[in-house]
Formats: sequence, structure tokens, C-alpha cells
Amino acid sequence: MNLRKFFLIALKDLRLILRDKTGLVFMLLAPFALTLGMGALTGRFSGSPQLGISQIPVVIVIQDSGELGQVLVDVFTSEELKELILANLRSDPSEARALVDRDEAAAAIIVPDGFSTSIFSAESAAQVVPVEFYANPTRPTSTGIARSILESFLNEVEIGRVSSKVIVSQLLASGAIQPEQAAAVGAEVSQEVVGNAPSNSSIQLVTGAAETNNIKFDVLAYMAPGMAMLFLMYTITLGGRSLLVESRTGTLARMLISPTNAGYILGGKGFGIFLTAVTQLAIVIGGTSLLFRLQWGDGLGVTLLILAAAFGASGWGILMAALLKTPGQVAITGSAIALLFGILGGSFFDISLLPKWVRSLSMLTPNSWANEGFRILSMGGRLGAIHTHLTVLVLMGAVLYGVGTVMLSRRGLVGK
Amino acid sequence: MGTILEVRDLVKKYNSKIAVDRISFDIQEGEIFSLLGPNGAGKTTTISILSTLIAPTEGYAAVLGYSVTKQPMEVKRLIGVVPQEIALYDDMSALENLNFWGEMYGLTGKALKNRVSEVLEQIELTDRAKERVKTYSGGMKRRVNIGVGLLNKPRLLFMDEPTVGIDPQSRRAILDSVKKLNKSGMTILYTTHYMEEAQELSDRVGVIDHGKLIALGTQSELTAQVGEMDTLILHVGENEDPEHLAQGLRTVQGVLQANPSDHEVALVTPSAEEVLAPVVSRANELGIKIHSVDIREPNLEAVFLHLTGRALRD
Ligand SMILES: Nc1ncnc2c1ncn2[C@@H]1O[C@H](COP(=O)(O)OP(=O)(O)OP(=O)(O)O)[C@@H](O)[C@H]1O
Ligand SMILES: [Mg+2]
Repeated sequence: MNLRKFFLIALKDLRLILRDKTGLVFMLLAPFALTLGMGALTGRFSGSPQLGISQIPVVIVIQDSGELGQVLVDVFTSEELKELILANLRSDPSEARALVDRDEAAAAIIVPDGFSTSIFSAESAAQVVPVEFYANPTRPTSTGIARSILESFLNEVEIGRVSSKVIVSQLLASGAIQPEQAAAVGAEVSQEVVGNAPSNSSIQLVTGAAETNNIKFDVLAYMAPGMAMLFLMYTITLGGRSLLVESRTGTLARMLISPTNAGYILGGKGFGIFLTAVTQLAIVIGGTSLLFRLQWGDGLGVTLLILAAAFGASGWGILMAALLKTPGQVAITGSAIALLFGILGGSFFDISLLPKWVRSLSMLTPNSWANEGFRILSMGGRLGAIHTHLTVLVLMGAVLYGVGTVMLSRRGLVGK
Repeated sequence: MGTILEVRDLVKKYNSKIAVDRISFDIQEGEIFSLLGPNGAGKTTTISILSTLIAPTEGYAAVLGYSVTKQPMEVKRLIGVVPQEIALYDDMSALENLNFWGEMYGLTGKALKNRVSEVLEQIELTDRAKERVKTYSGGMKRRVNIGVGLLNKPRLLFMDEPTVGIDPQSRRAILDSVKKLNKSGMTILYTTHYMEEAQELSDRVGVIDHGKLIALGTQSELTAQVGEMDTLILHVGENEDPEHLAQGLRTVQGVLQANPSDHEVALVTPSAEEVLAPVVSRANELGIKIHSVDIREPNLEAVFLHLTGRALRD
């Protein structure tokens, strides 16, 4: 009986949110409109790539004698990416970095010697030789795209690995070190990255050029998750607010007077936020794939990521309701958080170029994990490539729901 | 007919503020019992404790023997509550609201459907049931608010000032429906700050002020407390100062109390005839013109006046 009411409350909240016209504009119309706008901007609809992002200059240096180096080159010069990426092969890493420094390239990708061997033979992650990604901070979007493709490639190479073997060396660009120190620092950073990688992760190698050649890239698919997540946070705010609104209008008290366990009432409210979030993501993702023929990728992966992202994000809604006192405060704080998380989560530009502490902060946002997960999937990655993202989002949701619920029940849902 | 509600030494403190101050009373099954008191008297706080929403600081209350603090679920199943503030979903229709709350009370399927249409009949909203609550008048919203409290056919219904802020016709309709519900066997605890409502509806009345129950009994028992006292209402002009008049009249022989309010002064006296002449001449001395005089039989207003020295509506 109580469980039935749990769903009753959640469905009622979903229904009420879908009836709120301003809410609907933000929840559904805005992400569509923005995705559409970006589509126009990137020239996806007009078919004229000059308008938007295309021909991103990427310098590639292959010092690797194994076959993976060549596979990477094949990916970046493949038919699918021909319009988007203008690959420039060089042999000297410092020359490649210099091209980036002079703004003649968006990024340099340096695959060191022994990369293939280390992948094929490595028993532990610690032994994998990292690929260097040298980014141009003045071109955040292009850099972000190039990095996503590289990450996607690396994901394909070893599905199921936690560590990222990409070093974003922007210390140079930020002026923290001199160019002549770059090499030394680069080595240090690689060491650090490798050192931090979990040592017991097993490597499942997917060999063969045919497989790894499958990387697709669609600028729209790259940007759409960011927009979906940005407005998802707005929806979450509506959800958190509804708890305080109900407390204020007396409907919460009325529920508590009915023969219903208080835990199920709070749970139902929380589940309502989650349900609304899932609905929004599903509509935005379903809608963009139908209307704009956007390829979101692996169906199971996308479904699970929608659930995980909605859960992780909803936790913030509960926390806001627990920490704030009035619906108005939630509305204001919520909009600020939605925007901040959008920025930190990479909805607007690639944040790998920002200082380290900003990147650490961004790991706290559901946006960053979901955005990256969706990007991996849209580029052809499979479920295995996003299991970290799923885990982090679910953990985030669990912790936030836990803390929020405890705080709410301590405070008392109505004035004691 | 036994005791349906038992209230013993109920106390509710908010920090140092005492909202309910050691209240005790019983309600018998089948009664309409009114809690009559001005704003801030502690009526809503009392109802909130009795309906298990908030915990008392001290004291005991039970519905049909079930303690409101120890057996809240049992209590919740027996009671219905009509809150003072309209607690509905504005963006849903009356029908949807009733369906939702019906399910919250465990009704499903056909039973729910039947009960909801019964209640819609009772609150006379069947024809507009599908319109959103936010398009309703204040009186209609009040009726839906009452309807929700009736869904589970409660044996004991708490109604917290259900007529506040509505037009006279809607108020009439609500008062009539309260009587009808009571005739059908429902016990009702009704709170109000309108003396007339308490007078019209209730079998017994508790007068509450500053958290204390200052009088309790049937209407005739209460008015007997005022004894043979008469109440004289002196109506004065727009521009006169009732405060000033009241002050001047307190020293007149035979006037026990003189309480000013808008354009009138209420006097309590053992004999209206005897004080009338000296009162009028004192008013003349003060230069205040009395338009008319009413002599009232002892009523609950007089009881409140007598007990607190204040008018109920101030
Ligand atoms: N949550 C609370 N915190 C602090 N004080 C409160 C709280 N709730 C009520 N009070 C105080 O307790 C007293 C009684 O309030 P209550 O709402 O019970 O009065 P009432 O008789 O229902 O008045 P009204 O006719 O205005 O509805 C008031 O002085 C009120 O300010
Ligand atoms: Mg009240």
C-alpha cells in the first residue's frame, strides 16, 4: 500500500511539472532550440561546413613502431572524419608543439615509442605508455573535439580501463613553465598519470583496424549532451522546489496526516524528481535523434546513462531542498548551480584547458560525467567504455539522496 | 455513545512561546464541539497535535483510545482533517485532487471512483469537477478542501476555520453541510473565531485564548457563567472615539466592563435599564453622540468579553 503511494506521489509530481508551461519551455523547448541553433551554427543542416567547425588542424606525431600508432592515424584521417579533422603528420614532437603554440594547430597528439607494445604486453595499467595530447587553449571547442576523438580511440583500444592515458599539457600555455622545460614536465606528468592509474585493471584488447576505425563524430552529438544536462539541472531545481512548495501550501502536511509512512512520502517526492529527470532526458534524446537524426550511440549504454545521469543530478535537487528554506531560494540557487555546473561540466567549452582545481571541481558535477559518457557513446563507444561514468553518477546520486533525506527528516518536513 | 476524543493537559511550546497551554477536554461521539478563540489563540496548533502532524511538548491525547503520539497510524485512519489553509494542487482539477487524496487514504478502483463522486455531490461540484482548482472561486476551493477531508468517511472530523475569507452564501452552504455531516453520524471538532458559528453549530464549546482553555461547556452553561449580566452595545458615529467613551464609562456606577471596538462600545452590566440613563448623560458630558443602543441577551461574545475583557474580534 505504501509503495503504491510512493509511485502515486512521484507520478503526481511528474504530471504537475509537465503542466507547468514555463517549466516545459525550459525543460523541453530550450534544449531543442539550442541544439537546433548549434546545428545551424555548425553547418550541419545547411551542409556547408565552412560555417561551423570543420577542418580542425591536428598535428600527429607517431614515434610508435607498433601497429596502434598507424591505427590512430587511420582514425584521424578516416572518411568519417575527413570534413572535421585536418590531420598533419610530423615526426618531431617539439615541432608539433610549436605548431600548436603558434596557433597553427588546435592540438598535437604524440604517440611515444613503445605505446603498442606496452598495450599488448602490459599486465598492469602502470606499464602503459601514455599518449600525449598537447592542447591549444585558444581553441577550446576544436581542442575538445580532437581530444574526444582521441579518448574515444583509446577507449576502443582498451575497453574497460579506468585510467586515461591522455595528458593535456597546457601548463605551457598558461605560462606556468617555459617552453624549454616542457619536455621535462611532460615526462613528469606522464609519470604522475601512469602512477595514479589503478594497477589491477585488466586490459581487454580489441584489436584490428576494422573495429577501431568505427569512430564517428558529429558536432551536434558532441554538443547536445551538454545542453541536455544543462537543462536537466534546471528540471532538478523544479523538483527540489516542489518539496518546499508543498511544505508551504500545506499539501505536504496533508500527506503526512494521511495514513502513509513519512519515509514513503519523502521517497516518493525524491523519486518524482528522478522520474521527471529521466522523462526530460528521454524526450530530449529521443527527440533529437528523431528530428535531427542525431546518433546517440549504443542503445543500452544510452539508456543506462540516462538513468544514471538523472539519478546523479536528482540528488542535487534533494540536497537543495534540504539546505534551503524557501522555494524562491531554490529557484535562484538552482539556476546559478545549473549554469555553474553547465560551465564546469563542459556544456559550453572544453574544460580540460582550465586549471587543475577547476577540473577537480568539475568532477563533482553530474554534467561532466554524463557529457563525457554521452560523447563516448555517440562516437561509437560501447557500454564497457562508460562504466566508470555510470558508477560515479550512481554513487553521486546515492550519497546526495542519502545526505539530503537524512537532513530533511532531521529538520522535519513541517514546522515541529 | 462514548468518548471519541480525549485531551489531557496538552502543552505545545515553541522555544519560550507557549502556543497551547495545558488544555484538557473530551468530545463525545456524535457531537459538534467548537473551539472558539481569536487569532493566535492556539486553535490550529491544537488541531495539528490531535491530527498527529506535530508532537506535543507535554500531555496526552487519544482518539477512540489510540494515542496520537504512540499510535498515529490508527488515529490517522479514524480522522479527517480540513486544514485552515487550502491545501490542494491548483494545477489539478477537483476530480484529480480527490482521486489523488483518495488514493493517499488507501482507496482504489471502484471504491475510489464511487467515493469521489459521492463527495463531489456532497460539495456540489460535480458539474465543474474537471476544471482546474486555480480557476475556482474562494468558496469552491474551500468546498474541495472540505471534500478531501471527507474522503475516508472519518468518524471524527477536524475542521479548522473552514469559512474564513468567503462570501456569505458559501459560508451558509458550508455551515449547513457541517450540520448535515453531523446528522449522518460524524463527530466534528470545529474551530472558529466567529461567535455566531459556534453558537449555531455546537453542542458544546471550548473558549480558547492565549493557548488556555478558559471556558468549557454547553452554550447555556457558558452563558450562565455570565449570569444575569446584560450586554449593552452603544453605537457611535464615524468620527467619535470609542476608546475615549469606554474610558469615560468605566467609572459609571453599575458598569462592570466597557470595551471599545469599531464604532461601538460594549458594556457589561447587571442591569441594562439602570445604567442606561447615567451612561447617556456621561456620553453627553464627554461630547460623544450615541447613535443607538442594543441590549443583547447573554451570548458567547459576552462570555468571552466577561472572561477576557476583550471582544472576540479585535
Ligand atoms: N511553528 C511555529 N513556531 C513558532 N510559533 C508558532 C508556530 N506555530 C504557531 N505559533 C504561535 O503559536 C500561537 C498559536 O498559533 P495558532 O496558529 O495555533 O493560532 P490559531 O488559533 O489557529 O490562530 P488563527 O485564528 O490566526 O488561525 C501563535 O502565537 C503563533 O504565533
Ligand atoms: Mg489557525
